[in-house]
Amino acid sequence: MQDDQRGISRALAWFNVSGRKMGSWAFALNRLTGIGLTLYLLLHLGVLTLLVLGEAQWDAFIALARSPLILALDVVLIFGILYHGLNGIRVALVGMGIAVRWQKALFWGLMALGALLLAVSGWLIFTI
Amino acid sequence: MTQGRSGKWQVTFRVFRYKRDAGLARYDTFPLEIGPDETVLDGLEKIWAFQDRSLAFRHACHHASCGTCGMRINGVEKLACIVPVHEVARDGGTVLCEPLRSFPLVSDLVVDVGQFFRRLEEANFEIIRIAEPLPQAQEEALTRFENCIECGLCVSACPVAASDELYLGPATLAASWRMKEEPRSANVPRVLANADQEHGCWRCHAAFECSEVCPSNVDPAAAIMALRRELLKRKLFRRSDNAG
Repeated sequence: MQDDQRGISRALAWFNVSGRKMGSWAFALNRLTGIGLTLYLLLHLGVLTLLVLGEAQWDAFIALARSPLILALDVVLIFGILYHGLNGIRVALVGMGIAVRWQKALFWGLMALGALLLAVSGWLIFTI
Repeated sequence: MTQGRSGKWQVTFRVFRYKRDAGLARYDTFPLEIGPDETVLDGLEKIWAFQDRSLAFRHACHHASCGTCGMRINGVEKLACIVPVHEVARDGGTVLCEPLRSFPLVSDLVVDVGQFFRRLEEANFEIIRIAEPLPQAQEEALTRFENCIECGLCVSACPVAASDELYLGPATLAASWRMKEEPRSANVPRVLANADQEHGCWRCHAAFECSEVCPSNVDPAAAIMALRRELLKRKLFRRSDNAG
C-alpha cells in the first residue's frame, strides 16, 4: 500500500511543470497523451465487441458516434495521436544523437505541422 | 529597473521544514526585511541568525563554486547563493524554499547526497590537474564537463529521476561521456558498460530540464545524447570498446 502511494507520488512528479521550460511540458504532455491513447485503445476494443451483439446495437452506437460531442472527442483523439507521434519523432531523433542542438526548433516545427494537420482533421471530421 | 529596488523589501520566506524526530513535514513562514539584491541564501542566513536557529540548510562558498546550496526556489532548482531576491519575488511577495527532489531528505533543506557522489565515482570522474593540460583540440568541449560543480540540481529537475530512484542521473551520465572523450586513466569499457544499462542513459526521455537548470552550463542532456549515439554506433557496427 505504501509502495503504491510512493509510486503514484513519483508518477505525479512527471506532471509538476510549474516554472519549468518547454522540455518538461513536452515530457508531461507526452506521458499524458500516452496514457490517454492506451485508455482509448481499451475503449475502442470494448466498443468493437458491440459487433457481436447484432446490427441494431451497432447502428445505435454509430448514431451516437455522429453526435457533435463525440465528434469533438474525435478531435481530441487526433490531437493525442498527432502530439504523441510527432513529439515521439523528436525524442527518437534526439535520443540517437541527431539534431540535439536544434531540438527546440525541431519540437516547434513538428508542433506547427501537428497544428496544421489537426486543423485539417477537425474540418474533415465535422464536414464529411 | 533599479528604481523601486533601492532600500529594503518586505519578503516572506516560506520554507519547507522536516525533522526526522518530529515526523510530518510542514512549511514555516518567516517575514524578512531584505534588500532586493541580496540573495536567497542571505535571507536564509538571516532567518537562521535572528529567527530560528533550528533551520538546516547547506552552504559554503557563496559564489556558485561549491554546489552545496542547491535547492528548489519557487519550484525550480537554483543555487541559493546566486539568486537575488528580486529575481524570485517582489516587494511584499513570497519566496518558496524547498529541498532538492529525488534525494533522501535529511532535515529541512538538507538532502543526503551520498548516493549521488557514489554514482559519480562509478563514472571514474577525475579531477584533472593543471600539470596535465587537456588536449588543445578538445579543450572547449571538455571544459564544459569539467565545470560541473556536482550540485545535484540536474538530478532534482529530471522527471525521470523523480520516478526511478536507480536512474544514474544526468550528472553521472555527463561525467561518463566526459571520461569517454578524454579518459586519462579511466577504464572506458567499464564506464560505458555502467551507462549502458536499464537505469542508465537509455532511461532519459529528453525533457532537457537538466540542462535548463544547470548553473555551470554543463549541458548534461547533450552529453547523454552523445553517449547514446556512441553506444548505438558500437552496437550497430560492433565496434570494440577500445576503439575511438
